[in-house]
Amino acid sequence: MIKTDALIIGAGPTGLFTAHQLKLIGLNCEIVDNLDKIGGQCIELYPDKPIYDIPAIPECTGEELTKNLIEQLKPFNIKFHLSERVDQVKKVNDNWNVQTNKGTEFSTPNVIIAGGVGSFEPRKFAPKECANYENKSILYSVKDKYIFKGKTVSIFGGGDSALDWAIELSKDSKVNLIHRRDEFRGAQLSVNKVNELKEIGKINLYTKYQLKSVNGKNKLENIEIISDNKEVKKLDTDYVLGFFGLIMQLGPIAEWGLNIDKKTVAVDTEKFETNQKGIYAVGDICSYPGKLKLILSGFHEGALAARACFKLARPNEKYRFEFTTSSKTIKDRLGVK
Amino acid sequence: MAKITYIENNGKSHTINVENGLTVMEGAVQNDIPGIDADCGGSMACATCHVYVKEDWFNKLPPKQDGEDDMLDQAYEPKSNSRLSCQLIVSNELDGLIVNLPQKQV
Repeated sequence: MIKTDALIIGAGPTGLFTAHQLKLIGLNCEIVDNLDKIGGQCIELYPDKPIYDIPAIPECTGEELTKNLIEQLKPFNIKFHLSERVDQVKKVNDNWNVQTNKGTEFSTPNVIIAGGVGSFEPRKFAPKECANYENKSILYSVKDKYIFKGKTVSIFGGGDSALDWAIELSKDSKVNLIHRRDEFRGAQLSVNKVNELKEIGKINLYTKYQLKSVNGKNKLENIEIISDNKEVKKLDTDYVLGFFGLIMQLGPIAEWGLNIDKKTVAVDTEKFETNQKGIYAVGDICSYPGKLKLILSGFHEGALAARACFKLARPNEKYRFEFTTSSKTIKDRLGVK
Repeated sequence: MAKITYIENNGKSHTINVENGLTVMEGAVQNDIPGIDADCGGSMACATCHVYVKEDWFNKLPPKQDGEDDMLDQAYEPKSNSRLSCQLIVSNELDGLIVNLPQKQV
């Protein structure tokens, strides 16, 4: 059980800056994020797209912004729990007991939800029966590539993940690569390689096809794919891999007793606290009259929520407002003279 | 101003006037039409404002820009007449446009 003054859910720009604010005022915190990297939407959705409305930064990409926020956090030793999703938040005495899907447990008076539009999850196949085979023969990521050895694998998607795995698995498996159009969005080098492998019969390529159905008795036996002009093909296959990118899902947050409307959590504008004492929401996921979904708004919300955390984490101390330019205490925390 | 009709997957139809300059996505979101999530807020980064456009209208729309098809690869049940409604900017020319919403966005 990890004890901390505040737990931040979400390692996007708002979560990162909120951590900075907490550390500046002398509170410790840890951060959980379902992605395997720091940066949230900035890194997952638009690492290369420029942002023009960060105060005092005329132009930067999502990746640069993330890099700078991490740099700003450097004086502090903050523990990140990546590739973990918070599943449960419940009150135990005066603290919140928080559990992740990997079994990590926290006890904290303050939980700050900086979850954007929710956690990133792989987009799944449309046919309903796919759920029956999920994590067995229908997979959305590869954990152990050796299970495919000598088997037939049908890979769906047109991005780098689909292309890279098609190339890699074609060494030891029979590979079908299926994509809904002729163009691929993955790297040109990989597209060329796939075409080469197709020529020598190492990859069966089906473009303008999508998954229609999956069939099997106890285990997956075959799938049907359907083309734009309704032509159906049946493919025998042992495994199906889907790489359609990630989508954002509110997920377990919906079950923590918060006031949720249209995937956002209602908060007050003094503490950015939800209807549950000690649970705050900041950034894109919070809503209040006049809310703007801007990164700069998330920074402001995080700064105020951090002050509110102080009261619960240090009930016997009085919070003193100080400027970073002049406070010796803050400079000590930052390790500067 | 253009009259735009959004038809939900269950057949329920909503016709509203959308101001020029807004996107077809914004027209839906601002009028609480269910079925368009628009998680990323219109930055062509999420494919949750996906709509189908029947052929007659599909061919009249401004063509897809770089990247729209890449995002549509990641949409729920994309078809050859799929568009991202955040990329359709409303003008007088779009008066009468009908878009069909997919069964779901995620």
